[in-house]
Amino acid sequence: METLSVDHLLGIKDLTKEDINLIFNTADEFKDVINRPIKKVPTLRDITIANLFFENSTRTKLSFELAEKRLSADVINFSSASSSVKKGETLVDTVNNILSMKVDMVVIRHPNPGAHQFLSRHIDAKIVNAGDGAHEHPTQALLDCFSIKERLGEVAGKKVVIVGDVLHSRVALSNIYALQKLGAEVMVCGPATLIPKYIGALGVKVEHNLQRALEWCDVANMLRIQLERQDSKFFPSIREYTMQYGLTMNHLNNLKKEILVMHPGPINRGVEITSEVADSSQSIILNQVENGVAIRMAVLYLLASKINR
Amino acid sequence: MQPREIINTTEFNLVIKRLAFQLIENHTNFEDTVLIGLQSKGVCLSDRLQQVLQEINPELKINVGYLDITFFRDDFRRTNKPLIANETKINFIIEGKKVVLVDDVLFTGRTIRAGLDAMLAFGRPSLVELLVFVDRRYKRDLPIQPTYVGKVVDSITSEKVTVEWKEVDGKDKVLMYSSEK
Repeated sequence: METLSVDHLLGIKDLTKEDINLIFNTADEFKDVINRPIKKVPTLRDITIANLFFENSTRTKLSFELAEKRLSADVINFSSASSSVKKGETLVDTVNNILSMKVDMVVIRHPNPGAHQFLSRHIDAKIVNAGDGAHEHPTQALLDCFSIKERLGEVAGKKVVIVGDVLHSRVALSNIYALQKLGAEVMVCGPATLIPKYIGALGVKVEHNLQRALEWCDVANMLRIQLERQDSKFFPSIREYTMQYGLTMNHLNNLKKEILVMHPGPINRGVEITSEVADSSQSIILNQVENGVAIRMAVLYLLASKINR
Repeated sequence: MQPREIINTTEFNLVIKRLAFQLIENHTNFEDTVLIGLQSKGVCLSDRLQQVLQEINPELKINVGYLDITFFRDDFRRTNKPLIANETKINFIIEGKKVVLVDDVLFTGRTIRAGLDAMLAFGRPSLVELLVFVDRRYKRDLPIQPTYVGKVVDSITSEKVTVEWKEVDGKDKVLMYSSEK
């Protein structure tokens, strides 16, 4: 039986190319399911999943919750803002308390990189990383690659540029791993202050000029400027950032080819991307969101198959 | 041990023809009737039936769909059945239609149970019938009986019956594998 090589989805780094393709093939069928009049299958009817969000999220949390419900799992939600975490409980205690309510899988977002790795050694449930600090966001990278594959037929051989705040981005790191495992070429583009110093060691190209980066690529993945993670100034002003790295229709019109425009959301319209670009036919931002549900269904389904009865 | 051929090619085609005539007897011009083959081997049978029905009466327009039951199984996490689903392709609404579910081998009835469940995502049929090529009686886990049967085979649980198709396996035949290997 073809199955995942891992017991938890902690990061793309741990996955093999075969794992990613297995997830894609499964997601294809789930995409079919969620486009039917009845968008639900009974597969995980005896599984309980806890969504633990120690950090804010709208899209990812909704997407996971919808994926879980489409698979008929029972779902409980937790967000740290309204919980005992504020009263001083440790992570393992919080999670173990939740697990003693007989939970089989945990989807977790945590501000500390590696929180998932730590938990996977201490608790007995399947763990899905929904973002850990500026480290990894594996399901986002999977859905990004899935969306590229859907539009361009193949990920291998494609040139993808990741533009913007790479330094604070977990989407960037997961995307670099996933794209490279699938055989794509990756470039990062942004102001020098927002590009990690040793990123070249990952085998990616670095470019500081947006127009040149766009001329090189087939796909541009525009990242959000994460103002909430910036305790010091990395660029003089938002306006200056937008002048240099904001994607506009002018950029796209000056290219001799048509490129795909992606964005992991939430969009800051008029900052990293203008409204015209975000709403243009080259933008696949809303397809990404739709594919997110199918990809998360596939990940949950494949990991659930490893739960012992 | 070598498998035993329990239906040869000539017999095989006779059986399909008989099933096709039985369908015509009950559904005349297939106006409100659709065939749904269960992935993966039931699809071979539904395609073949469509072909034979059209040879008998070229005027017939028959809707044929494929249904995959992977996500509807009742043995998820309990067996090593494949995780990846095959394509479900039903380009019509089955609301109010007569549905003939088509599968190659009927054994415990659990696949058909899952098929009935999966089918409901496409509407509420007015009638559901079941057509199988081989009915392995004596080992039903559920109260499910076929409407049309190609051949009844008596076998024990440890034996295995497989239907082979010329499109997939090179030759039309039905084989029985005995318990000792």
